[in-house]
Amino acid sequence: MDPEFFEQLAMPLFDSLYNLAHWLTGDRVDAEDLVQETYAKALKGFKSFQEGTNLRAWMFRILRNTFLTSRSGLAARSTSSLEDEEEEAGALAAHSITPESLLLRSEDRQRVLDALAELPVHYREILLLCEVEELSYREIADVLSLPIGTVMSRLSRARNSLRRLVEMPSMRSQHESV
Amino acid sequence: MSPFDCDTDVLAQYLDGELPLDQAGHIRQHISECPRCAAEVGALISMKRSLRAADGHFTPAPEFRRKIQQQISRRPHRGWDLRLSWVFAALAVVLIALVWLEHPRHADAFTEVADLHVSALASANPVDVVSTDRHTVKPWFAGRIPFSFNIPELQGTEFTLLGGRIVYLDQHPGAQLIFAYKQHKISVLIFRQSSAPANELTDGGKVEKRNTFNIAAWNEQNLRFIVIGDTAPTEMDKLIQLIKTANE
Repeated sequence: MDPEFFEQLAMPLFDSLYNLAHWLTGDRVDAEDLVQETYAKALKGFKSFQEGTNLRAWMFRILRNTFLTSRSGLAARSTSSLEDEEEEAGALAAHSITPESLLLRSEDRQRVLDALAELPVHYREILLLCEVEELSYREIADVLSLPIGTVMSRLSRARNSLRRLVEMPSMRSQHESV
Repeated sequence: MSPFDCDTDVLAQYLDGELPLDQAGHIRQHISECPRCAAEVGALISMKRSLRAADGHFTPAPEFRRKIQQQISRRPHRGWDLRLSWVFAALAVVLIALVWLEHPRHADAFTEVADLHVSALASANPVDVVSTDRHTVKPWFAGRIPFSFNIPELQGTEFTLLGGRIVYLDQHPGAQLIFAYKQHKISVLIFRQSSAPANELTDGGKVEKRNTFNIAAWNEQNLRFIVIGDTAPTEMDKLIQLIKTANE
């Protein structure tokens, strides 16, 4: 597409991209670097962007791929290599939780956000794309370069992990107070 | 027992709007009948709502937004302060253009007159009508220029008439008379005052030195007279007085 339109189309996504970047990196400086690099890459590649396709998903993908190869992204991935073990534990935990205990009150919102920040980055990003950006499974599959089946299973595991963290805030605060 | 075995993932997909219509209908029906799944849906919705708060949780700094905006802008100088600088640049251009148009015009009037004088003298045929007789020269111009003028009687003066020719200044026709004072040549250029392009020259017939020339200009009878030559100002002034008297 004509680069003339890039500013017009891409600037409205600025807040979303920054929010996502900050959630992924957990740091303002890293988030700014990530967003800046994303815009630079998107501008460069804008000619190849097909009109009518989803610019938001396209830019999220650039941001996400840029993040993966960044310093903070590599660090985040190395700490989340326990994914499989956690998944099993998470799956078991989810079954033992009674639905009643999962009814979250509004004051629990901060707890959910804290838990989100603690999740491994691949869970965090898929939850942000699904719940915050409200992308469809197909769009998420595009952004993350995954088959749609993997998107569904990962999303399920991400939700279970999040629940588990939200259910155990007392344990976390005990850790912090020690 | 429900067809999907009260699967939380299916409920989540239902809430994500990712189930086909017919399946979504079944689930809706099931939720109304199964308290466990109803509670589960409630929990999922609550979590979705809480997660929605992650939207806009981090807001970019305004300076950072400007930085990116500038980085991706096709026209690198956007933004209000930069737009203002465009205005200043445009004003400067207009100002320069005005000075350019106005100022050199003053000089140009002189240059063009001087060019006419010099080119006449340099020409193999400096004049189109060769005559020392004013009664020959004056009628020659009739019908060639859209006005008439008088040539002074030079009998008993040190000046002689060499002749005349048609000249154009800024596309307006005029008469050029060439007089001789000893070895010096003096041009008298006459235009209609309304079309006279050389109005920037000093009025009043006062002789002025410009470069190596002496030049004077004045208006009379709706005519514009310009006298240019390399004669001394006092001699030039004598000729000017003669012409003025003849055209009063």
